[in-house]
Amino acid sequence: MSTGNMNLTLKVWRQKSTKDKGQMVDYKVSEISPDMSFLEMFDVLNEDLITKGDDPIVFDHDCREGICGMCSMFINGRPHGPKDAVTTCQLHMRSFKDGDTIVVEPWRAKAFPVIKDLTVDRSAFDRVIAAGGFISVNTGNAQDANALPIPKAQADAAFEAAACIGCGACVATCKNASAMLFVSAKISQLALLPQGQPERYKRVQNMVAQMDAEGFGNCTNTGACEAECPKGISLENIARMNRDFYAAKFISEEEG
Amino acid sequence: MSAINSNIPEGELTTKWTKYKSSVPLVNPSNKRSLEVIVVGSGLAGASAAATLAEMGYKVKCFCFQDSPRRAHSIAAQGGINAAKNYQNDGDSTYRLFYDTIKGGDYRAREANVHRLAEVSANIIDQCVAQGVPLAREYGGLLDNRSFGGTQVQRTFYAAGQTGQQLLLGAYSALERQIGMGKVEMFTRHEMLEVVKIDGKARGIIARNLITGELERHFGHAVVLGTGGYGNVFYLSTNAMGSNVTAAWKANKQGAFFANPCYTQIHPTCIPVSGDHQSKLTLMSESLRNDGRIWVPKNKDDNRKASEIPEDERDYYLERRYPAFGNLVPRDVASRAAKERCDAGYGVGTSKLAVYLDFKANTERYGKIEASKAGNHNPDKETCMRLGLAVIKEKYGNLFDMYAQITGENPYETPMRIYPAVHYTMGGLWVDYNLMTTVPGLYCTGEANFSDHGANRLGASALMQGLADGYFVLPYTIGAYLSKEISVKAIPTDHPAFVEAEAKAKGILDTLINIKGTKSVDHFHKKLGLIMWDKCGMARNAEGLKSAIAEIQQLKRDFWSDVRVPGTADEYNPELEKAGRVADFIELGELMCIDALNRNESCGGHFREEYQTEEGEALRDDENYAYVAAWENKGDGNFELHKEELKFENIKIAQRSYK
Amino acid sequence: MGSIANAFSSSIGKKLIMGLTGLFLISFLLVHCFLNCFVFFDKTGVLFNEGAHFMATNWIIRAMEVVLMLGLLLHIVQGIRLTLENQAARPVKYAYNDGNANSKWYSRSMGLLGTLLLMFLVVHLSDFWIVSRFTGIEHFNGGTPVDASGHEDLYAVMLAKFSHPWRVILYVLAMISLAYHLLHGFASTFQTMGWNHKKYTPIIKTMGVLFSILIPLIFALMPIAIYFGLGL
Repeated sequence: MSTGNMNLTLKVWRQKSTKDKGQMVDYKVSEISPDMSFLEMFDVLNEDLITKGDDPIVFDHDCREGICGMCSMFINGRPHGPKDAVTTCQLHMRSFKDGDTIVVEPWRAKAFPVIKDLTVDRSAFDRVIAAGGFISVNTGNAQDANALPIPKAQADAAFEAAACIGCGACVATCKNASAMLFVSAKISQLALLPQGQPERYKRVQNMVAQMDAEGFGNCTNTGACEAECPKGISLENIARMNRDFYAAKFISEEEG
Repeated sequence: MSAINSNIPEGELTTKWTKYKSSVPLVNPSNKRSLEVIVVGSGLAGASAAATLAEMGYKVKCFCFQDSPRRAHSIAAQGGINAAKNYQNDGDSTYRLFYDTIKGGDYRAREANVHRLAEVSANIIDQCVAQGVPLAREYGGLLDNRSFGGTQVQRTFYAAGQTGQQLLLGAYSALERQIGMGKVEMFTRHEMLEVVKIDGKARGIIARNLITGELERHFGHAVVLGTGGYGNVFYLSTNAMGSNVTAAWKANKQGAFFANPCYTQIHPTCIPVSGDHQSKLTLMSESLRNDGRIWVPKNKDDNRKASEIPEDERDYYLERRYPAFGNLVPRDVASRAAKERCDAGYGVGTSKLAVYLDFKANTERYGKIEASKAGNHNPDKETCMRLGLAVIKEKYGNLFDMYAQITGENPYETPMRIYPAVHYTMGGLWVDYNLMTTVPGLYCTGEANFSDHGANRLGASALMQGLADGYFVLPYTIGAYLSKEISVKAIPTDHPAFVEAEAKAKGILDTLINIKGTKSVDHFHKKLGLIMWDKCGMARNAEGLKSAIAEIQQLKRDFWSDVRVPGTADEYNPELEKAGRVADFIELGELMCIDALNRNESCGGHFREEYQTEEGEALRDDENYAYVAAWENKGDGNFELHKEELKFENIKIAQRSYK
Repeated sequence: MGSIANAFSSSIGKKLIMGLTGLFLISFLLVHCFLNCFVFFDKTGVLFNEGAHFMATNWIIRAMEVVLMLGLLLHIVQGIRLTLENQAARPVKYAYNDGNANSKWYSRSMGLLGTLLLMFLVVHLSDFWIVSRFTGIEHFNGGTPVDASGHEDLYAVMLAKFSHPWRVILYVLAMISLAYHLLHGFASTFQTMGWNHKKYTPIIKTMGVLFSILIPLIFALMPIAIYFGLGL
């Protein structure tokens, strides 16, 4: 089990705290194996920094199998790096070449302030969900699960929307730092299911209002979010959210 | 050695829970509003408990170390969740699920708890579907099921390969709803560092705000730990990087007994280690074994490519050793068999620590069926493979893609290389029937407790237990305790017990920062992992365990004198967080070895080489070891064993055989 | 009514205004293009001038002209507002952002393209609209302000204006901007209005591409044809 032979230059954003101004810092890493994941390459760099007495680079990560949504690096101008449909933790060094220079930045959005180095605060997403991303059913209130048949196509569509991991790559890559792909995925999941109907129009209004309050930008349909989403969440969800929003605002007699 | 009381209600097994639930003292709504409950952890067990308690009217504070409760590692569970719904009309029942779980656990679980688990399993599915969890469905619109290891019925509900994610997001949405209503106060990026005890009862926690480094005191009439398993004691496991034992371990130091720490589940189908840089391991779902044949070359150190090794030079060792179950033997058996072949020098790949999982035979078989469906009853081999690959892709496409992503190899062309990896820990804090630890007012749910899986957990049962505890058990049983606490006013956090606990936590952090040694935290973590994997892993023996204990004690001394933690304690400092967790893992590792050494038998996830049959199978000792080993922490690495005898009144104990 | 008012102040509402005004402007382009095509069919310009006369005198058209101007203004104001808001949503920019990897440059440059079009409109409106509506046609090249059938001779004005190569180049460049603006705007409008459908969206997208290329192309051909005297 030898280490590899790739030598790379990293340009990494370093920022001590939210208030600090921050700057790009250059690092050299050597003997990188193509079998390493991108985060393991950072582990090697950090180990080196610690031994030298420097502060290691702080970055968010947890499951390292592409499902928790915690990792969040903007690599060479793209969220989660150059490969489609993977998160940073699943990106492997064989996607790079010996001698490459790699630029690594945090997600950048007003609604995602930098906490330290490459770590940002994505609690805005939680607040959007708390505003309506749920079905109001207390524990113990449920009927038998098969009492309500749901057509397979509809259930599958809801699942596809529900596959969102809340990583924020959509916001990070959108030129407007808009969160509409994330918000619409949750709205769609619940709007597609019969269980979600009672609160459907209230939900879309509350979640959109919270999204706007958090300071995300406006959607201009560039499609970058869909292209960069590691879970392939579709733009159809945004259209569905728009429809539901108009229905709630212009057709429903309820004041929102 | 003293006996401990599991508080199992009297009466017939099948009616115990119903009767008990109906007679647990209630707390009236106005009193609930002034009762505060702290929930640590926001995975399936934590989030579901926090949400349900808040729905019931309690004031809840919930803590997680991640940036959002949605990230808890329950999210990574792939396969599914069991429930005794009998939707497939294949003879499933509460009793069968109960029986399979006890048997799968190698007769080391508590009957009453497991039966309750089986009883509430059906409610979980109802609840999750009502929340909008998009479980897989059939064309008729009804829920779909699949079969899973160790059972003969189809009772596993699933959402593609992301069941854990969908269930967790369901619990998370219920939790966020309560947060939005102001009934749960959520503390993300917070880590619990101490349990605060006042007059013998758990009354709160000390938590560190990971961003500011500030230590915070939080009062609760009761404290619930849903903090997950401790697989990361092995450094390499399928757990998340942040998964840790710290909360449970601090509780152990405060008097909560730790039960069966040596029961570790090693999952047979994981992607092998690729180098020293490896930071974690990735699971390939157990479902792959339905269509994959496991083999190694018959010759030692065979360096040919898999495709160049002819059929008669391949050893399908599971099919050879276990003709009845073949590739579908339980996880513990499959894992040990892979280790045995690799240790004997038949491993494959550059590391020689891997075996092949080969889909070719079944691909061809599926191809033949497809061709025949299309009217071609004499297809050539190429046609079969082409059609068969499409079937395999449909069934396992996402797993194959993940494998290709990680290894850079194309599993459609060459067999997968797999090796066992640490996956789940059956041991955990000892709890009674109410899920209360030996510290009054301190509860433990989900993987963090020891309760339901005995010595080996069946596939698709972890999600079931986490949600059973959180949605349907704890919210009722906690009433038994809280109903007696209604007169207790919220204790101000300037109480000496809080001050003392905070000072203790601060002392540890300061010590870690000030050691200023030469080695990183990971250096020690890796060393610990190696000791544990080599000597307390898939197979253990007395000699190895004894030397492991000595090595861990030395490692502990080295750690506390030579660890280097950069930065300070009053800033965002992930290295400091890791240091605290590894310090606890080192102590736990020692206890795991002590427990493994004490248990002179082989059962489930605990295989002692001295105790095996002539054919190399696990040999239980029901006479002497049919008990839960609950360890009391006496400080300075001293532990006292307490036994809870396991009584099997409804199931006849038998030796497991898969021949 | 509160819900309707706050609908338009929300992010989706603002987008809807952009989309609806955009769609309205697209429909105007269609009418404008159709009428202007008269230049290709009548060398004397009588047909063209007749069309222009109709547009200038029909009261419905005149009323719609006011609406059109308001719509255009709303599209511009809202566009500026959205651009500023969207820039504020990312106060610190990326050092390196590889936008081309995930989206088209023109979909990210609607503000820029819109600004170019606005600058063009200033020239274009003062070339023709202000002349025909307000200042009246001057006597130039010894011509008369009316054509053979007695209508205001806007055709002659056009011939004169497009005799300058810089103006022809400016108009052609503006039409290229328009093409790219439409290439994103057309399909985007439907997405904004929620009209995303597995069966119809591909049709809308194809129509959008055709519209975005054809309409500006026809417009661009006018100054080119006039300048080179091709068939006119």
